[in-house]
Amino acid sequence: MMKRSALLLPALAVFALTLTAAAQPASQPSAKTADPQKPPAAGTLPRSWKQVPIPPLRAFAPQAPRRIELPNGMVIFLQEDHELPLIDGTVRIRGGSRDEPAEKIGLAAMYAEVWRTGGTKSKTGDQLDDFLEAHAARVEASNGLDSTSLSWSALKQNFDEVFPVVLDLLQHPEFRQDKIDLTKQQFASLISRRNDDLEEIASREAAKLAYGPDSPYARTAEYYTISAITRDDMLAWHHRTVAPNNMVLGMVGDFDSVAMEQRLRQAFEGMPRGAAVTALQVNFPGPKPGIYFVEKNDVNQSSIHMVDLGIERRDPDFYAVEVMNQLFGGGFSSRLFAHIRTKQGLAYSVGGGVGAAYDHFGVTSLAMGTKSGSTAAGIEALRKETADLITGKVTPMELKTAKDALLNSFIFEFDSKEKVLAERMRYEFYGYPPDFLQHYRAGIEKVTTADVDRVARKYIHPDRMAVLVVGNAREFDRNLATFGHVTTIDISIPEKKPEK
Amino acid sequence: MAMKTVFSRALVIFVSVVIFFPALLAQDIASFEKRITVKKLANGLTVVIMERPEAPVFSFYTRVDAGSAQEVPGITGLAHMFEHMAFKGTHEIGSRNWPAEKVALEKVEQAYAAYENENLKDVGRDANRVAELEKAWQAAVAAADDYVIPNQFGEIVESEGGVGLNASTDRDETTYYYSFPQNRLELWAYLESERFLEPVMREFYKERDVVYEERRMSVDSSPQGRLLEQFLGTAYIAHPYGRPVVGWPSDLRSFSATDALRFFRKYYVPANIVVTVVGDVKAQEALPIIEKYFGRIPAGPAPEPLRVKEPPQDALRSVVLHDKSQPLYVEGYHRPDFRDPDDAVYDVLADLLSKGRTSRLYRSLVRDKRIALAAQGGSFPGNKYPSLFFFFAAPTQGHTAEEMAKPIHEEIERLKTQDVSDEELESIKTRAKADLIRGLGNDQGLALQLGEYQALYGDWRALFRDIDEIEKVTKADIRRVANKTFREDNRTVAIIATDTPKSSAPAGKGEQ
Repeated sequence: MMKRSALLLPALAVFALTLTAAAQPASQPSAKTADPQKPPAAGTLPRSWKQVPIPPLRAFAPQAPRRIELPNGMVIFLQEDHELPLIDGTVRIRGGSRDEPAEKIGLAAMYAEVWRTGGTKSKTGDQLDDFLEAHAARVEASNGLDSTSLSWSALKQNFDEVFPVVLDLLQHPEFRQDKIDLTKQQFASLISRRNDDLEEIASREAAKLAYGPDSPYARTAEYYTISAITRDDMLAWHHRTVAPNNMVLGMVGDFDSVAMEQRLRQAFEGMPRGAAVTALQVNFPGPKPGIYFVEKNDVNQSSIHMVDLGIERRDPDFYAVEVMNQLFGGGFSSRLFAHIRTKQGLAYSVGGGVGAAYDHFGVTSLAMGTKSGSTAAGIEALRKETADLITGKVTPMELKTAKDALLNSFIFEFDSKEKVLAERMRYEFYGYPPDFLQHYRAGIEKVTTADVDRVARKYIHPDRMAVLVVGNAREFDRNLATFGHVTTIDISIPEKKPEK
Repeated sequence: MAMKTVFSRALVIFVSVVIFFPALLAQDIASFEKRITVKKLANGLTVVIMERPEAPVFSFYTRVDAGSAQEVPGITGLAHMFEHMAFKGTHEIGSRNWPAEKVALEKVEQAYAAYENENLKDVGRDANRVAELEKAWQAAVAAADDYVIPNQFGEIVESEGGVGLNASTDRDETTYYYSFPQNRLELWAYLESERFLEPVMREFYKERDVVYEERRMSVDSSPQGRLLEQFLGTAYIAHPYGRPVVGWPSDLRSFSATDALRFFRKYYVPANIVVTVVGDVKAQEALPIIEKYFGRIPAGPAPEPLRVKEPPQDALRSVVLHDKSQPLYVEGYHRPDFRDPDDAVYDVLADLLSKGRTSRLYRSLVRDKRIALAAQGGSFPGNKYPSLFFFFAAPTQGHTAEEMAKPIHEEIERLKTQDVSDEELESIKTRAKADLIRGLGNDQGLALQLGEYQALYGDWRALFRDIDEIEKVTKADIRRVANKTFREDNRTVAIIATDTPKSSAPAGKGEQ
């Protein structure tokens, strides 16, 4: 009876239905008590939740990982956790898909895949697979916008065998051609499937509208960019990025951190420093306002996205924006959820807010899925919510509910050793102060209704937003042209590089 | 063979793994025994508490032993609908004036019943009368809505620091979960018991529209959703596993709040519910609190078992969807439920076929033949009742769904006629143990697993015994079960055969 842990394809796994589709908002402790309480008399039960006593939260000091900086610039975090006999870790290396050349989009993703599957000088990827699976261990590389990560998970008693695989991959990757060919075919197949799913189309095209279609933050791989990638490109990428001064390593599990430090020093101190990978300068022109449409005639629901550029997380307005996002489009009590889902029944999935990324502008986005026949009504509903937000005032009650939610759930930002490690690694990677999280609480506490009103007017501009509809136009309640000029986006997949 | 030469040390480790594990797991069970308390309350509700004071938080998992398998035609989707309604509040939560709201909700039900009676008439349906009655029903809904404080239940949970607030409905069960700071245990006990003590079906018909949107998203507008609905509908002709969890369109447009309450009263009896709490709690302190609040729910008779059984399949069934999306292939074979002595053999088969890059389907269809982007096998869609063992493949560009059949059947033939290797079998057993350990590291995951096993087996320890069962699986078992299960007359195939459009679609309302 292992159904729950079986590796089902996402397609089959999603068949259980959940209450909400939207991700839960960024969360956050609280030694505060809720509403003033009138404790009930002994032996009777409170009629109202307001009478349930809430004692102070148990004092808790999360365990900080040991931070080590090697002379060659590599930063290591060691987090002991002796609950289970596991040793897991990850090496995050600067350089990701935003750093790849425009004519070779997909290089960083393909590099990450073939890095592992292509094996090392002495072992093929298939041999690594056999070895790791036999020990129930995993070593996998993954690619992101700004980095590639090589991660592992091993039972404690196998760590001495598994960790050398990680080192071997870092030092002697082979990128064998058969796996390059396999990966190219797989990536091309993924491209051929990219217009099957409504939400996949909508989120891809919405990002292109927010950042611009050729922006390193939104562009997508094509058949011709995939086929242009060579083994030499991957080797060059590896040698350019895999240098200690571009890496942050984090390890969590059942080990002694003093002994582990010695071991890691031996493994990495001899690695020569490389050229620092610095992010490219990218323009953020912002979206061209208007209505954009993608036809998909095998669906009965439209996906609507309204997008604009957001902010950086280090922006002083971040805290006020967090509170605004929570009350506007965050949880069950948010305006978008209450008005568009609960009261109007227009959507199952609805949410949004001003996006905040660590080292570039995030995307501000309002999104919903509604039946084809209420597409225009959906756009109107989103527009009304944005208009009400920037012309009206948030109420003290809304502010309190949102701040309580963020502050009382703050503990969940660091309720496991693994999370504390991940947080520290993230701040290290992006050059944020290590105590950024500690400031979060104070930052949220200070936010007033006036702050929320101010950031709403500052960052939400319905007239600047691009409105994207992906759906089945024949069933729409109104012609989209009644909202203004409609730009139709052609999403057909080009076989060759278009001539411009 | 290459493995031995390249990794000579591996063999040594290999042996130690086998010896090491049973000791490790025995230790785990002993440590779990000390930290887990199980109690059946006077009303029949089972409580499982595990002390895990890693941080001042806890998670819970309420599992109701009723899912869409308990539905009958006409009310499909109702188990899931009720799950949504369990967030609408109670007499105390979500109402400005409960006595008045109660009256208003009764009027809604009367008006709705009158409207539906006319609307569903086969003979003599009067369209004008339907319109009038619909208007009256909508007016009654509007009057009742005046008393509502929307989403107050969720708002309380969130503003008190709850995270991961959600719920899920499947064929076998309905589950509710979130995590709270440790000092909100009593508040949680109040909220969680209150919603199953006196749920209120406010805003039912708007929520029904929300659920219909969920159907559009997960089934109607999703190629895989459409494929799986057809696949299960074809594989099952009698048993409710063949019906969509989200419900058929007709039922989603007609079932009522009265229907939902009837379902609730029948299935949400304490004897049918297991509540599991894991985290920074002390059983000695928590149990009296939980008992106090959950003990309020009145006992009721356990619902009668399902009568219907799927008749044995004795002919190949297939369904082809001519779709615009890229091809997909799925085939399935009926298999017994989780109580069957061969249950662990199916788990081993799933791992052998699907787990990682050493799995047989990956190596054959993805790596060597290069005709599939992904290929997997496993059990679906349930546990409690006889389920299916499926094979799923997504062809690579230029390959059709039909091409998937032959290599899948070759792998099946291999399972039937050749023993798996010792290495393969050991590797599977090792992974099963490691995966178990990996699943023990967080409150919410533990609550889910302990609750699930407690409910299905009547004992959370079955979570660890599953591993013993896998340990006992032999090569002969695998061949025997493959021969027993993977027969052509027990097979259902469903595919998406991609249509290539001849001409572009006519312009709709999206164009200028």
